[in-house]
Amino acid sequence: MKKIKNRDFNFIVGLILAMIVIIPALIGTVWTPYDTEAMNSSLKLAGSSLSHPFGCDNFGRDILSRIMSGSSTTLLIGIGTVFIGAVAGTLIGALTGYYGGLVDDIFMRFNDVMFSFPSLLLALVFVAVMGSGRIQLLLALGLAFIPSYVRIVRAEYVRARNLDYVKSAKLAGASDMRVMFVHILPNILKVLMNSILIGFNNAVLAEAGLSFLGIGVQPPAASLGRMLADSQTYLFNRPGIAIAPGLTLIIMVLGISLVGKSKTITEI
Amino acid sequence: MANILEVKDVHVSFLEERRTIFDKRNRIEVLKGINMTIGEGEIVGLVGESGCGKSTLAKVILGLIKPDSGEVIHGSVHPQMIFQDPYSSLNPSKTVRFILEEPLKNMTDAGPEERLKKATERLKQAGLDEKYLTHKPSELSGGQRQRVCIAESLMMDPKLLIADEPVSALDVTIQAQILKLLDDLQENLGLSILFISHDLRVVYQLCDRVMVMRGGLIVEEGEIDEVYRNPKHEYTKQLLIASGII
Repeated sequence: MKKIKNRDFNFIVGLILAMIVIIPALIGTVWTPYDTEAMNSSLKLAGSSLSHPFGCDNFGRDILSRIMSGSSTTLLIGIGTVFIGAVAGTLIGALTGYYGGLVDDIFMRFNDVMFSFPSLLLALVFVAVMGSGRIQLLLALGLAFIPSYVRIVRAEYVRARNLDYVKSAKLAGASDMRVMFVHILPNILKVLMNSILIGFNNAVLAEAGLSFLGIGVQPPAASLGRMLADSQTYLFNRPGIAIAPGLTLIIMVLGISLVGKSKTITEI
Repeated sequence: MANILEVKDVHVSFLEERRTIFDKRNRIEVLKGINMTIGEGEIVGLVGESGCGKSTLAKVILGLIKPDSGEVIHGSVHPQMIFQDPYSSLNPSKTVRFILEEPLKNMTDAGPEERLKKATERLKQAGLDEKYLTHKPSELSGGQRQRVCIAESLMMDPKLLIADEPVSALDVTIQAQILKLLDDLQENLGLSILFISHDLRVVYQLCDRVMVMRGGLIVEEGEIDEVYRNPKHEYTKQLLIASGII
């Protein structure tokens, strides 16, 4: 991954698309043009103008500001979810896949049970137990995404543990932990990287979905899903309120999918 | 001549893999009482058909598998192994330098400079220039990879090397070079080598003594010329006839 592969348009276009959303989102964490929660009845459902490029919503809040802060919330939840899922999934997958045996069997049956529920449904259950809010949503989605990582990582370790280079590392006196995380892990990063990027997209969409259903990020805080949910009533007289966050979501997910599919990532 | 390795009445068996949880797991005996010795500075060939337990015996000697009964007595510490397929025995994500220094990192307290010096020295002994230290296995040819494996196996100054069909994955010209390298190393470093192969011609070229294995037992052993001229066991005769030697 040292440099971008020659003429890798997927990577370049994907990166540009992702950056179109990510850079404003990063700025949104520290500064937005207007207060995201300040209501102004004179600007209620205002169309786009020079001072409010995307117009205002039904409470007269500036949509651009809300998208900037909302996509940073969505991004944070996406990254946090992937982080929890990938780290826990890698640890569990590595240990069970490498050692095998009874513990592996028990873990895998448990994992199969978890896997048989859609992860969105699992997240719903976790939210019901822990309550809603940004951090709770992040934890819920993170936990719900662990089984998919466990499965991928475990399969790679089962394949790797019988390879000669692993035997050779053992003969070189490497401890089990060193074999697992220094010798084997770099070789499965490619597979892991792919599922991290796909997982990130799934997490972003799941956050939007849960917030849309009203159990994710709570008003008045902004998130892309929340904004989509709020815009339903005005879909016909002010479609812009729905289009702006929807388009942001599409650009972000499309951009990251393209990066994930690019030669630069898949052919490390 | 002092013995570098002594294997006494080693038995090994495995439980059959289960297809479903209702299957009965049968015990399969792989080694049925192996006795052997390897003397200092000796190259011993181990021949036999696939599945007769050659590789299992190698793993027992290396300590990767615990035998059910019997014992393995080492006259030296750290026996090392050269694997059959140089394409899978080198970690694709590491540089040659990392691979060579790994045993020193784990088993000695040598500093970085000392490790590098030793890695360079061993790589040269294996016939590769030190510029290859920064290369990854994917940038090397099969023969070069096998040389890296040999250099790696020498890092801990072992007295005994186990070579599990080290040339069968290479083409004929490279085979000859690697065999010559093993022969030279044996002479210069006073190594003992257990050379596992199913190619009787290669074994004749390299080894002092040969053991013939079948069905988990050593059926014949002796000086190489003696066994090849005068095979006692029916199976040895079949092997020699099949290879076109007699």
